Amino acid sequence: MVPLEYYLFLSAIIFAIGVIGVLIRRNLIVVLMSIELMLNAVNLTFIAFSNSLGSMDGQVIVFFVMAVAAAEAVVGLAIIISVFRHRQSLDPQEMQLLKW
Amino acid sequence: MVASTATVAAVDVLRWIPLIPLSAGLFNVFFGRRLGSKTAGSIATAAVGVSFGVALYVFWRLPATGVFRDLWYTWIESGSFQVNIAFQVDALSSVMLLIVTGIGFLIHIYSMGYMAHDDGVARFFIYLNLFIFFMLLLVMADNLLLLFVGWEGVGLCSYLLIGFWYQDPKNVIAGNKAFIVNRIGDFGFILGIFLLVTELGRQGIWTLEFTELQKHVQLITPAKITLITLLLSVGAAGKSAQIPLFVWLPDAMAGPTPVSALIHAATMVTAGVYMVARLHFLFILAPYTLPIIAVVGAATAFFAATVALAQNDIKKVLAYSTVSQLGYMFLAVGIGAFSAAIFHLFTHAFFKACLFLGSGSVIHALQGEQDMRKMGGLKSAMPQTYWTYLIATLAIAGIPFTAGFFSKDLILWKAFEDKSYGLWSIGIITAGLTAFYMFRQLFMVFHGNLRADDHTKAHIHESPPLMTVSLVILAVGSIFSGWLGAPEYLWGSVWDQWLQPVFGGGHAAEHAPVTTELLVTAITLAVVALGIYLAYARYGRAEAAVPATAGGIYRLLLDSYHIDDAYDRLVVRPFTVASDWLARVFDPGVIDGLINGVAKLIRGFSLIWRESQTGNIQHYLIGFLAGTLALLFYYLRQQ
Repeated sequence: MVPLEYYLFLSAIIFAIGVIGVLIRRNLIVVLMSIELMLNAVNLTFIAFSNSLGSMDGQVIVFFVMAVAAAEAVVGLAIIISVFRHRQSLDPQEMQLLKW
Repeated sequence: MVASTATVAAVDVLRWIPLIPLSAGLFNVFFGRRLGSKTAGSIATAAVGVSFGVALYVFWRLPATGVFRDLWYTWIESGSFQVNIAFQVDALSSVMLLIVTGIGFLIHIYSMGYMAHDDGVARFFIYLNLFIFFMLLLVMADNLLLLFVGWEGVGLCSYLLIGFWYQDPKNVIAGNKAFIVNRIGDFGFILGIFLLVTELGRQGIWTLEFTELQKHVQLITPAKITLITLLLSVGAAGKSAQIPLFVWLPDAMAGPTPVSALIHAATMVTAGVYMVARLHFLFILAPYTLPIIAVVGAATAFFAATVALAQNDIKKVLAYSTVSQLGYMFLAVGIGAFSAAIFHLFTHAFFKACLFLGSGSVIHALQGEQDMRKMGGLKSAMPQTYWTYLIATLAIAGIPFTAGFFSKDLILWKAFEDKSYGLWSIGIITAGLTAFYMFRQLFMVFHGNLRADDHTKAHIHESPPLMTVSLVILAVGSIFSGWLGAPEYLWGSVWDQWLQPVFGGGHAAEHAPVTTELLVTAITLAVVALGIYLAYARYGRAEAAVPATAGGIYRLLLDSYHIDDAYDRLVVRPFTVASDWLARVFDPGVIDGLINGVAKLIRGFSLIWRESQTGNIQHYLIGFLAGTLALLFYYLRQQ
């Protein structure tokens, strides 16, 4: 039996990788993937707690998160395609029009 | 102190007295122009007539020592402080009611004839009805605030009607002047109301109702009462055209003549006298205010009478005469003879309205000519106008057994009885001056030769019956209205009896001997006779009717002592210069500078802060992350 702390550390590391990916990567698709990474890190904690506490609640929420993540991926990819068609680029640093 | 009113009966017809003219006015707003001038005028006149009928009914039912009250609804409620839209009619209000609706009705009838050829008849009658509404509000209000609403309302209507013929800028300026000068008085009035309410409120009594005020005024310190009454009398002086705020009334003659008769002679200008009489319980507690009012009144009476001596405009003479007669009323109020003041108000309403309408009849016949130097000899062409004018002139001059005789004599007698011999002698001299200028006017207009040009001469005609019927009724009133207040040595005064529950008193103590009273009357009559004789000697003969004098004093009087000039120099021009400076220097420099400065300051800050908004989503996300971490840190620290 793997102790709970192992899962939590792993999940924290994955989450941190996701955050850093969102903040520094220059490709929107990778940014989107990093977001997925963060979501799945959270899913992992849910499952770990569910298992250790013997409750099904965490697993139910994970299904919700997956559904939302799927929807988000669809919308996000659609936006990315649309942006790429307009600008031939996916670098978020170049999308700075929405300011004063 | 006066015992508070015995019976209070609720009568819910009271509200209809002001509401009927108001609804007729509103009706004419929407349909007046379409229905044509005759219909609009008839509706307006009928409304005031119905109002008069209701007022008569109320007057007939009013018990001798009672009050009718009609509470409509509560207007303002704040803690224990309450202001109602409520009407009350006691002996004093009932008299004012009858004057306003009765004289108002006659003047409405007259106006239908006088204004028949005007384009704005519907508008005229709307204003006139609105005026009647506000005036009724003023005299029927059961609290000071509602009275003030009426007070301001009549001021507004006065302004609208003075500037009725607005195509001529002169009329508009006259209207503005009346409004602004009244505003100065009203400022004092409203300050007085504020002070009265807060001073009583300090004693735990928050009220504006007259009956409540009357019960509790003793709680206020005498010094404060003096201040309150002084402020209130500033308002009264503004409305009733007393020194120093009288300047607007002569200019107000720019309005149509029926307006001068209704607003600037019979009703609105007497509102100041009414207000002081209504608050008499307050004023008799102010030993310093009443003498001031009396002196102002006497001074105004004398001063205006001297100015009237030299005027050539037929309406200006009457305007200054009105100022002078209002001075008499103030004099009476100032010596505590409230009943006498209201009595003179009552008789004055008849003969002055008659004089104004008569002058309107003359102006009508002479195609708008107002200069008396171009009149004369109208006696034969306009017999009805002449005879009614003569009767009203006799009444204002104070010939025995006319209305003016009884009321003016009563005031002079009260002044004598009060041992105010200075005021009394000014009153007597003024009576002589009044006789002189009124007969001068009568001779210049109706006697001698006609001095108009041929075109005008050809068109002279007696006025239509619509106009003369009012003249005749008012002339009858100019004689008999005074008989209600006859002195003790004749048949006694019904008037004093009627108003006694309101003003109290009825000082039966040590009545002066009748011989003294008769002697005082005789002195007055002698002075009046002298005035009439001098007027006859100078203007009575056929050829000499035109004033040729152009001496210094004559010109001084003609320009009413250059008071307008002085006001222009001392008040208006400095004010204009100051306004100009404010507009050109202060406003763009300081006010705009302040506002623009604030804007620039904010812009400066924004220029720095907006640098943080890069548009780069990853920068924002860093901020988002930092915020989340900070919150997380904060809550973890707390546990």
